[in-house]
Amino acid sequence: MVGPVVPIVRIEAKDFDVAAEIDGLRRGNADIGAVVTFSGICRDESGTLAALELEHYPGMAEAEIGRIAAQAIERWPLAGLVAIHRHGKIRPGENIVLVVAASRHRRAAFEAAEFMMDYLKSNAPFWKKEHRADGGEGGWVDAKASDDEAALRWRK
Amino acid sequence: MTKLVYFAWVRERIGKPDETVELPPNVQTVRDLLLWLKGRGEEYEHALRHPEVIRVAINHEHVDHGTKIAGAAEIALFPPMTGG
Repeated sequence: MVGPVVPIVRIEAKDFDVAAEIDGLRRGNADIGAVVTFSGICRDESGTLAALELEHYPGMAEAEIGRIAAQAIERWPLAGLVAIHRHGKIRPGENIVLVVAASRHRRAAFEAAEFMMDYLKSNAPFWKKEHRADGGEGGWVDAKASDDEAALRWRK
Repeated sequence: MTKLVYFAWVRERIGKPDETVELPPNVQTVRDLLLWLKGRGEEYEHALRHPEVIRVAINHEHVDHGTKIAGAAEIALFPPMTGG
């Protein structure tokens, strides 16, 4: 039996290695039967987007994702949880965010990963600004009501 | 003194990332703060034209507009979040 799960939360400019993060969670725990990963990737918006600039609130970003992760650990029987969010300039095709949830059985891992992403999108202090491929002035990405609704459905 | 920090288009419109202010005694809640700031000049008026959409965090935790700000060391104002 393993001890209480401590989530790994990192906010960083550099890219992450999905396989290495999965290995890290599994190391030393042979009782994991399910690992779900979610990767959020920068789209090129049909060739119109040159890059996204991700601004964040240092200190609060770590704290807020940590609070969301603590809720996930309380709600599902997880064996491990990783949440990594990048900041700075991110180009199409590059990673933005990673969630890895591990558990004995698949359902907890699937649900916890989805819960993490739904809350992270509407509650973690990050903001995306677009840089357009044609050099024109990009703008701040608008928040979507559907993202708020996605988080609210977990309150049931 | 209270430190105010701004992000994304709130920061761009106000024209600075942070500032330290002496809050008047009648500014008691987050809502009072937004209205008081809005009256401080054109750039604040531009940033806070629709105060109801502004999200606020006190000492790194989300709060609603009815929250009392007494004892806040750092208050952050920002648009709805778009990470992930």
